[in-house]
Amino acid sequence: MNDFVLFGVLPYVATVIFLVVTIQRYRQRKFTYSSLSSQFLENRQHFFGSVPFHYGLLVVLAVHFLALVAPDWVLWWNSDPVRLWAGELIVLAFAVLTLVGLVNIALRRAIHPLARRVTSAGDWVVYALLLLQVASGIGIATLHGWGSAWFATSATPWLWSLARMAPDVSYIAPLPWIVKFHFVNAFLLIGFFPFTRLVHVLVMPNQYLWRRTQVVVWNWDRSRIRRVDGA
Amino acid sequence: MDVRSQISMLFHLDKCIGCHTCSIACKNIWTDREGTEYMWWNNVETKPGTGFPTQWEDQSKYKGGWESDGETLKIKSTGKGRIVPNIFHNPNLPSLDDYYEPWTYKYSDLFNAPEGDDQPTAIPVSKITGQPIDVKAGPNWDDDLGGSKIYAANDPNAKKLSPEQQMQMTAIERLVFFYLPRICNHCLNPTCVAACPSGALYKRGEDGIVLLNQERCRGWRACVSACPYKKTYFNWVTGKSEKCILCFPRLESGQAPACFHSCVGRIRYLGNVLYDADLLTEIAKRPDSELVEAQREMILDPHDPAVIAAARKNGIHEAVIESAQRSPVYKFVKVWKIALPPHVEFRTFPMLFYVPPLLPVMSTKVDGRLDNQTAGLFAEIDQARAPMAYLANLFSAGNEGKLRYALKKQMAVRISRRQATVGDISKETADRALAEADCTREEADEIYRLTALATEDERFVIPPFQREMAIEMVEDPQEWKQSAGFGFRTSPQAKRL
Repeated sequence: MNDFVLFGVLPYVATVIFLVVTIQRYRQRKFTYSSLSSQFLENRQHFFGSVPFHYGLLVVLAVHFLALVAPDWVLWWNSDPVRLWAGELIVLAFAVLTLVGLVNIALRRAIHPLARRVTSAGDWVVYALLLLQVASGIGIATLHGWGSAWFATSATPWLWSLARMAPDVSYIAPLPWIVKFHFVNAFLLIGFFPFTRLVHVLVMPNQYLWRRTQVVVWNWDRSRIRRVDGA
Repeated sequence: MDVRSQISMLFHLDKCIGCHTCSIACKNIWTDREGTEYMWWNNVETKPGTGFPTQWEDQSKYKGGWESDGETLKIKSTGKGRIVPNIFHNPNLPSLDDYYEPWTYKYSDLFNAPEGDDQPTAIPVSKITGQPIDVKAGPNWDDDLGGSKIYAANDPNAKKLSPEQQMQMTAIERLVFFYLPRICNHCLNPTCVAACPSGALYKRGEDGIVLLNQERCRGWRACVSACPYKKTYFNWVTGKSEKCILCFPRLESGQAPACFHSCVGRIRYLGNVLYDADLLTEIAKRPDSELVEAQREMILDPHDPAVIAAARKNGIHEAVIESAQRSPVYKFVKVWKIALPPHVEFRTFPMLFYVPPLLPVMSTKVDGRLDNQTAGLFAEIDQARAPMAYLANLFSAGNEGKLRYALKKQMAVRISRRQATVGDISKETADRALAEADCTREEADEIYRLTALATEDERFVIPPFQREMAIEMVEDPQEWKQSAGFGFRTSPQAKRL
């Protein structure tokens, strides 16, 4: 029953909160849709926190996503022990990079007086959840190896069952507590996401790469002005 | 020809007395909020000096502006290719230390201190953390410190000079300084706009004012490193950047911006010019020494029938064209050629021009008397205390010819006025000076008039913005009647009966 609440109900609650608040915040409080940078106030330590954290996390998240959408491919990759070892170690290395970055970020925010000044309670919630998430992830990787293999056969079908609106928690019932914790914490992060600085993920400036270099905005509709003037 | 109108500005440095009234007017209106205390959208620097933020002109440090090899034009800090790997940590972001940590004083201590033998003092406390701080630098810390070994000697423009020239600038009895008021230049090719990943910065089409949409800004800080003049600032409370808006709400109602309006020395002029936006990309790749002339090329003659026709075709209103014809900036920059853009080698094409100062000169003596008659009429320019090369680094990308021309013409105007009012210079000498400076008597009189006697209406020729017309075409002016009152930032839902 507990499992059902945590893995059959919580994901939906978290996702609904995520969707509703994300959209509502974008529509009504667009001004707040970013992450308050403290690089301006403290420039040196910022590099050693932000850069390893983000790059590490991008790789780790990409691999999770891969296991979700292409479990067969992941299992094929793992069929060769050399590839299995290489894959596990590389991803673990990036996870450690993430953790190192995150610890640096949190320490810097706690110690540097200027950085602390611009750190809100919401930020601390984010750092706590992220720390637990990354630490438990590394714990799983070291205590219960070959995660890439069993993720594809347990968590992936469970997540797909959620997506089909027919939650089947039996896939993950036998998993150890630390793995279950990782799942629950992940959905907590998703639920907290729209209330915190994490929303900056959604406003990545991808359009920059193909827009015109200079931006000119006209208040006037030039063609209509011309018509009025008769010119 | 893609004719556009651009509000442009002119500061006459010979008239600036360095009183900072402009800075205070701006601060009181726009940047007295939390998070903006350290911002000076308008500031006045002492030159030679290090400026604000410290040594902003040194682009080997700040990486602002554009770079060109003649073929391509690239943003020096983070352009399209480099923004992706650098998005998590801006490698060229100036930090608070390059500006200063804002502070106030704990005035309450003056009243609440227990009785004692000593006078209580108000200690400085940080406006960010509230903790006591040891103030080491602040805005304008080098005010009036021309010749100082710490400030003047570290001026990036002076560093390019020969050791001899540098010595000369700091030698006793040769010390020199002048003031350089600075605001956002509302450039024709703004790097801040080009660098903004979110597309929050934009140039207003009608008047070329560069603005920053606070709702779209996501605080990537690319504009702060990209602007070579360091005139976009990061608000550490809101996490957004802010910059000079050229008081557009004032301009739209026909008033000059606050810093212009409050200028005690009446050094500031404002007017629109017409320019050809099509030329921009080609001209921005020219070699440094040609840039001053290239920018003048881009500015069009508003009396030329072809230009007027092209402007009309582009939807520029008759009244705006008329205003460009009366623009004082056009006269100083394009007709008289005595105003120059600051650091045009950054290739943003600043639309704020400066009339370079005729610095205190070393007077020449003949028989123990001040000499103002001998052959070298313009010797004073070359004998000016600040080497010509220094001013040229600042105002003409090192092109001394352009600078000398501007100074010579100003000197010729002085000579002709001295002949007219004091009379100790002969008419022949004055005529010779004018001829040598490529200036006619009518032109000299006009320069004199606009420099010394201009009224407010002549200094500020503000084109009508016609927002009422513009708005009526896209919006029903009655739409919000009786629904949104004064003071709402987000309009409440209107109840329609």
